[in-house]
Amino acid sequence: MTPQIVDLIVIAAIGLNFVALGVSRARTVIHAVALQGLLLGILPLFVHPHLGLRGALLAVGTIIIKGIVIPRLLFRALREVTLQREVRPLVGFIASLLLGAVVTGLAVMFSYTLPLAREHAEQLLVPASLATILCGLLLMTTRLKAVLQVLGYLMLENGIFMFGLLLLEAMPFLVEVGVLLDLFTGVFVMGIIMFHINRAFDSVSTEHLARLKD
Amino acid sequence: MWMIVLLLLPACLALAIWLAPSERVRPWLVPLGASIYLAAAQFVVWGDIPADQLSAFDGWLQLDPVGKLVLAYLSAFFCLCAWYVPGYLALRAERPNRVFCANLLLALAMMTLVVLSHHLGLMWIGMEATTLASAPLLYFNHNARSLEATWKYLIVGSVGIALALLGSFFLAYSAIHAGLESTLLFDDLVALGPQLSPPWLRAAFVLLFVGYGAKMGLAPMHTWKPDAYGEAPGVVGALLAGGVTSCAFLAVLRVQQICAGSSQADVTREMMVGMGLLSMAVAGVFMVGQRDFKRMLAYSSVEHMGILVLGIGLGAAGVYGALLHLFNNGFTKCILFLSAGNIHRAYGSKSVDVVVGALRRVPLSGALFLTGFLAITGAPPFGPFLSEFTIANAAFSTGNFWAGGAYLALLAVVFVGMGTTVLGVVQGNPPAGDERGEFRDSWRTTAPLVVALGLILMLGLYIPAPLESLLRSAAAAMEAPR
Repeated sequence: MTPQIVDLIVIAAIGLNFVALGVSRARTVIHAVALQGLLLGILPLFVHPHLGLRGALLAVGTIIIKGIVIPRLLFRALREVTLQREVRPLVGFIASLLLGAVVTGLAVMFSYTLPLAREHAEQLLVPASLATILCGLLLMTTRLKAVLQVLGYLMLENGIFMFGLLLLEAMPFLVEVGVLLDLFTGVFVMGIIMFHINRAFDSVSTEHLARLKD
Repeated sequence: MWMIVLLLLPACLALAIWLAPSERVRPWLVPLGASIYLAAAQFVVWGDIPADQLSAFDGWLQLDPVGKLVLAYLSAFFCLCAWYVPGYLALRAERPNRVFCANLLLALAMMTLVVLSHHLGLMWIGMEATTLASAPLLYFNHNARSLEATWKYLIVGSVGIALALLGSFFLAYSAIHAGLESTLLFDDLVALGPQLSPPWLRAAFVLLFVGYGAKMGLAPMHTWKPDAYGEAPGVVGALLAGGVTSCAFLAVLRVQQICAGSSQADVTREMMVGMGLLSMAVAGVFMVGQRDFKRMLAYSSVEHMGILVLGIGLGAAGVYGALLHLFNNGFTKCILFLSAGNIHRAYGSKSVDVVVGALRRVPLSGALFLTGFLAITGAPPFGPFLSEFTIANAAFSTGNFWAGGAYLALLAVVFVGMGTTVLGVVQGNPPAGDERGEFRDSWRTTAPLVVALGLILMLGLYIPAPLESLLRSAAAAMEAPR
């Protein structure tokens, strides 16, 4: 029963990668990444049902930070900057969807060549993790809006989190908490800088950040 | 006990500085705190403290010879920079300095965490926190250009560090795949090195090297560096070039230490040699004809990070040279960045087209800038000559003639490229009738530089016996435990 639930959640998380890559409204992308964070938050309960209190605490912490606090922070940042609807990416939405499909395919193919421990070979977790990491990188590099670059970074982190689930039993609790805390602080600092970008340029597009070069 | 003291001391000092009410007194608390930290750190390194007292939390925090070496360096380097801070902030009295001063000490606390941690997860947390603590320092000037630099620093640094996290996970997985108990404790991993699953270990090394290499500013992940160093105040540039990047170098050292005993040792060494030479080459290309002398220093930092990993990649004698170069590079960078900051302030520009005749307008800073250039490019009798020569020697004595030849050729390119810019800045007559600002050399903005110069002169002529033996034992720890 549990492996099917895990696979379902993981597939939903991959689907959210495509939502994030394919829509133009920054608000929708925040929703997608937040939902992905929520799904990842409940994942430990199914991957390691026997972890008990530790697993539950981690789930709650992940849901609060990835699913609630960070999205609220980003929404706040968006409100401050009087959102315009259009987000002009470097690569169009259809093209980024196609690229997303390509990197997801590559991730699946690559993960079959990886030598996995027997108990992990059947799971979708590793290909999904690699796919999410690559989609996150794609989002970061093809979008100009600062908030979308931050969301790409969050997706990248979500992918790494999925891989980390394989190691949950071995990973000390303190490290998990530290990683979450660093993520939160990172987004917080980026949010502040984003606010300043907006004030300095009257726009949150990083296009304006191109004055420094050789 | 000592581990906790070293960690909490700078953190508490940061808090105290944050709470200090006076804008005038606060800058002086930074060198004061740094001096206390220096005393504590040097006592821990050189005092005869039994090994069991240099470990805390079941070995999560621990001070081994490599850590001692970096701690001895870091505390001295930070103290030098800190004594420059009051002089600098006195010139920038118009800007609030609470965040700046507190974050300097906070960054020190996080760097200490990186140095002390013997757990790869904890080390990662420290490294990421170092990035975040130093971002507000970069943004001190609060203008559009520093904003751009800070954003790039955050984004490139965060992606790099995220890859390093994935690499740490891969490393833990390499133990699981080999049927071992998975762990991220450094000592366990070094002991398990030979048994770790080779494909996962190799992948982990690549990710960790790329990730922490991005923090070090190795090419091709160096893109944040010229912008960050160009726009940050001189003292922040120095702190990044000598402090944060050195901590990232320590992280790379730790990873290499795990690989040294494994089947992948030769592959990882070759990768380090390749990346080292690539960084030197990229730096050389961008240094020739560079019109902005602060960006030039950033490329010099890229070059010297390349030299550091090249030395590690060459093994044995090269490791010794690289560890010595950590000291030499850091102290020389302190001179270069701070004197460049002074010159920048005296002219209100950092372009070679405007800045001419620094030796006349700010004689001491100009002379220090020139001397720093000679030292960093390997002119005797300064310290960098010795360490750069040791690395060249290591290349030829281990039969790496191509690497050694390329290394010497690139050093020559850098010498010419950097020399053209530096001589343009210091020589000639300053533009007449254009007395921008009232900045003149004072003891507050030059004394730390003179001390740093004394240190690299000493390291070039004579290495004290305790330091020598620490260097030897740290270099031995980097070798495969056979």
